[in-house]
Amino acid sequence: MGSAIDIIEHCRVPRYLHADLPLGNPCGVPFDRPMQMQFARRALDLIANATAPETVTRNPETWPGDNSWRDDYARVDDSNRAELMARGEARRKQQADAKNAGIKRAQMISD
Amino acid sequence: MPDNYDVPYMERTRDYYRAQGYSSDYVWASFDDCPFTPLDKPLNQCRVAVVTTAMPDTEEGRSKRQVYLNNVDPVPDSMYTRELSWHQAVTHTDDVASFLPLQQLTALQAEGVIGSLAPHFYSVPTEYSQRNTTQQDAPEILAACQKDEVDMCILVPL
Repeated sequence: MGSAIDIIEHCRVPRYLHADLPLGNPCGVPFDRPMQMQFARRALDLIANATAPETVTRNPETWPGDNSWRDDYARVDDSNRAELMARGEARRKQQADAKNAGIKRAQMISD
Repeated sequence: MPDNYDVPYMERTRDYYRAQGYSSDYVWASFDDCPFTPLDKPLNQCRVAVVTTAMPDTEEGRSKRQVYLNNVDPVPDSMYTRELSWHQAVTHTDDVASFLPLQQLTALQAEGVIGSLAPHFYSVPTEYSQRNTTQQDAPEILAACQKDEVDMCILVPL
């Protein structure tokens, strides 16, 4: 179950149930219990009934509200380029510090 | 572009990290072959497990990224997701059921749709190193599934 269909299809998996929702809620919109149960049923149906690898099913439900979240994710434009470069420099320092401290599994620094 | 287009996360991520000054693009895992095993018994006789990339919301889970075998009972109220790449400006992960379908599978077990929920769900850390995932974490997850007598696993990356 996931929401990044391009990454999943690039990886190649036996079965994939796609949630057309912002990253973070692959099992359904928060607190929408009927949607979440529907997604879970479809996942099980997919496991039970798929007959070939890389079978993809798309949940038809979409995010409530407008579609601006699609344009917004990891957006890069003139309004944030300088900030992103500064963030990258801070991140590289943090990674170097972790390496020097012998930390083998670096913190996944989320933006 | 259509209103409901699939977000090109790979392209967005590459551009985002290039904007941060990284010169080497991340290489996503891709496999030449795709395994597939048809289900060989009815769903209502199957034990189902879940794999998540969220860590347990404990002092250890927040500080040490590794494979965890977490009890499904009780279903956790929260998981540690801060270090994962989800869309923080638009949504949240306060509702565990939105990314970890244990509550749903518990209900489906009660309905008789599945045979049982495995006693554990498994946390696997996201990794820049694909080698760590394939050679260390995946075998550990597989061993846990076998010990828990799991028939099928739902992977829910976050």
